[in-house]
Amino acid sequence: MSKQEYTITVYTENQIGLLNRIAIIFSRRKINIESLNTSPSEVDSVHRFTIVIDETEDVVRKLCRQIEKQVEVLKAYYNTNEEIVWQELALYKVPTEIIAEEVKVERLLREHGAKAVVIRKDYTVFEVAGHREETDKLIKVLEPYGLIEFVRSARVAIIKSSDGFHKKLKSFEYKEPGEEVIENEYLSENEKVFSM
Amino acid sequence: MDTLELTKEKKTKATTENISGSEAVLRAFVAEGVDTIFGYPGGAIMPIYDALYDYHDRLTHILVRHEQGAIHAAQGFARVSGRTGVVFATSGPGATNLVTGLADAMIDSTPVVCITGQVFAHLLGTDAFQETDVINITTPVTKWNYQVTDANEIPHVLAKAFYIAGSGRPGPVLIDITKNAQLQLFDFNGYEKCEHIRSYRPKPIVRKEYVEQAAKLINEAERPFVIFGQGVILGKAEKEFQKFIEKAGIPAAWTIMGMSAIPTNHPLGVGMLGMHGNYGPNLLTNECDVLIAIGMRFDDRVTGRLDKYAKQAKVIHLDIDPAEIDKNVKATVPVWGDCKETLPLLTELVQQKVYPQWLQKFTDCMKKEEEKCIKEEMNPLSEILTMGEVIDAINQLTKGDAVIVTDVGQHQMVACRYAKMNQTKSNITSGGLGTMGYALPAAIGAKYGAPERTVIAIIGDGGIQMTIQELGTIMQFRPDVKIIILNNKFLGMVRQWQELFHKNRYSFVDIQSPDFVMVAKGYGIEGKSVCKREDVKNALAEMLNHHGSYLLEVIVGKENNVFPMVPQGRGVAEVVLSKDEI
Repeated sequence: MSKQEYTITVYTENQIGLLNRIAIIFSRRKINIESLNTSPSEVDSVHRFTIVIDETEDVVRKLCRQIEKQVEVLKAYYNTNEEIVWQELALYKVPTEIIAEEVKVERLLREHGAKAVVIRKDYTVFEVAGHREETDKLIKVLEPYGLIEFVRSARVAIIKSSDGFHKKLKSFEYKEPGEEVIENEYLSENEKVFSM
Repeated sequence: MDTLELTKEKKTKATTENISGSEAVLRAFVAEGVDTIFGYPGGAIMPIYDALYDYHDRLTHILVRHEQGAIHAAQGFARVSGRTGVVFATSGPGATNLVTGLADAMIDSTPVVCITGQVFAHLLGTDAFQETDVINITTPVTKWNYQVTDANEIPHVLAKAFYIAGSGRPGPVLIDITKNAQLQLFDFNGYEKCEHIRSYRPKPIVRKEYVEQAAKLINEAERPFVIFGQGVILGKAEKEFQKFIEKAGIPAAWTIMGMSAIPTNHPLGVGMLGMHGNYGPNLLTNECDVLIAIGMRFDDRVTGRLDKYAKQAKVIHLDIDPAEIDKNVKATVPVWGDCKETLPLLTELVQQKVYPQWLQKFTDCMKKEEEKCIKEEMNPLSEILTMGEVIDAINQLTKGDAVIVTDVGQHQMVACRYAKMNQTKSNITSGGLGTMGYALPAAIGAKYGAPERTVIAIIGDGGIQMTIQELGTIMQFRPDVKIIILNNKFLGMVRQWQELFHKNRYSFVDIQSPDFVMVAKGYGIEGKSVCKREDVKNALAEMLNHHGSYLLEVIVGKENNVFPMVPQGRGVAEVVLSKDEI
């Protein structure tokens, strides 16, 4: 099995210390987290982690089970890039005078889907939302013009096939959870059999 | 309607009391059925100890000599009784001294609730006196931990703690309570046990289709082999397990943690797995056609090299922890669930069978092992004592009824290889973590957990010195613990490896010991040291007949090795019976 990018989506309670509990599942196994985002989810009071790692599916599956084992974790999913819609947000700070004089701002905005967030006399901040390759491209473009600061956010991702967590959460509320809870836990989605 | 509301209101009023956080902790204990606490006081936990002063009629507190002793005692208590062990420790060093025991309880799935004191909430993060970030230090070694800074949280959090520690796959829970929360008065509305946490599923749902598939595989098998672990004991499924193997007629071998789930003399019990387990179970793992793993986690000491482990077999894995399925060994059929529930389902579907030829193979292997290892261990030609002889003498005297608590090393392997056990929860040892120093405090705890049983701690000369201070606990509280030190004047297991794999370079394994009998006497504990064969049995009988604790030192051969052995990095089928085969 070869390594590839996987996005892990974890639904959790909002609890102090849980970030550490999840992070050490990776660090204990010397696995680098490429990107990690925590945010609210579609369900009030339920938190959502989005974690990107570069690993084999076998490892990712085991990691998800270890994550799900944590008391305050409701559910962990993992997906390949084909199975999700994702974005990262990048901010670029560049000197306004150079941008105004040497680079056509309009061209930049059009070609890279950039938005000017702030324009001041001394600097301008652009924003691009997109995949990594897209945001990387603009760095290359702006570097010759004196890119002052660059920052990119963690990945946020939506699972294409997911119908949200509302219904699932309801089944968690009961003492005896329904089939809903276990759905694809151990079943390979394609074969509907336990995968070897 | 009005009257109903009125009574409701009255009721709440009647049950609301203004109590301190400390008082709430102790009320939670009483409500959870706790009767014994192992602990050590200190600055940050003083309010709880102050409240404890008024609870001496309901809660027995055992003052240990080191916090590690407290948690190992709680583990021994839990393992022998099936109940949750409880520990008190103060902040900072008190709490960090728990870490080894937490790690041990985590890897061996032992239910323990630890309460640590913490500095006042307003001092958190200020490097206050005896402040340590206990929550973050203990996160990797607890099933759950939580810091309480407000007394209002205490009843609810403690209920969660006991529920989490004891349910599903058990484990240690640590609750860190700041001093202000211990002192704070709050409106206590009664204690309610926790029965459900929405983000926590202690038991996975049993999938009947997999039970059916498993039964089918078993019914078609020609050489099925059961390997079982502590899951059977933790699930209180000993009877269900025995019924299963008896109906299916399948030979069964235990892991070190699963030992005693069935009597060691059960006709289908073929012995112990693992690096120093029995010859047959290791060798024949690679000859069975269906391997049925029950409540065990395929530790590397059991599997040896994974790519040479049971490759020919279809694997059925029963476990309560979904994360264990496929972790080390791929399961052909996973049966997740509590084996107390899944085993009866499986038993119902399997055919009544016997496998005389297959069983004969185990018998043949045992004969070979008797010939090449056991004979020399039990009836040595030399006059120097072996550890095995001592265990054999214990078997004869206790008839397999004692709780055997072992430390870590050669004596542990020998004890687990040769000890006879008639009833469940008789083998208390540090399996996964291999914690030297475990046995003495664990034996103390075990005696409190099973006061009616004989508790024998078997310890090496190295391990005893790691927690020897707990003799003080025995001196003060007089639990009847029989201590046997098998003294080979070496750190024996490391020495064995140095002999076998490091060209006899004995690097720092030559350990000197005090006069253990004199040390024991200093603590007011009777003791004796023997080194002659003819004295062993009498000395053991004297120890067992002695009223109260007793320490018996037996001087054994310095350079005896434990065999059989699956050398590290080799497959289970490469198990060797003697040094020449390595």
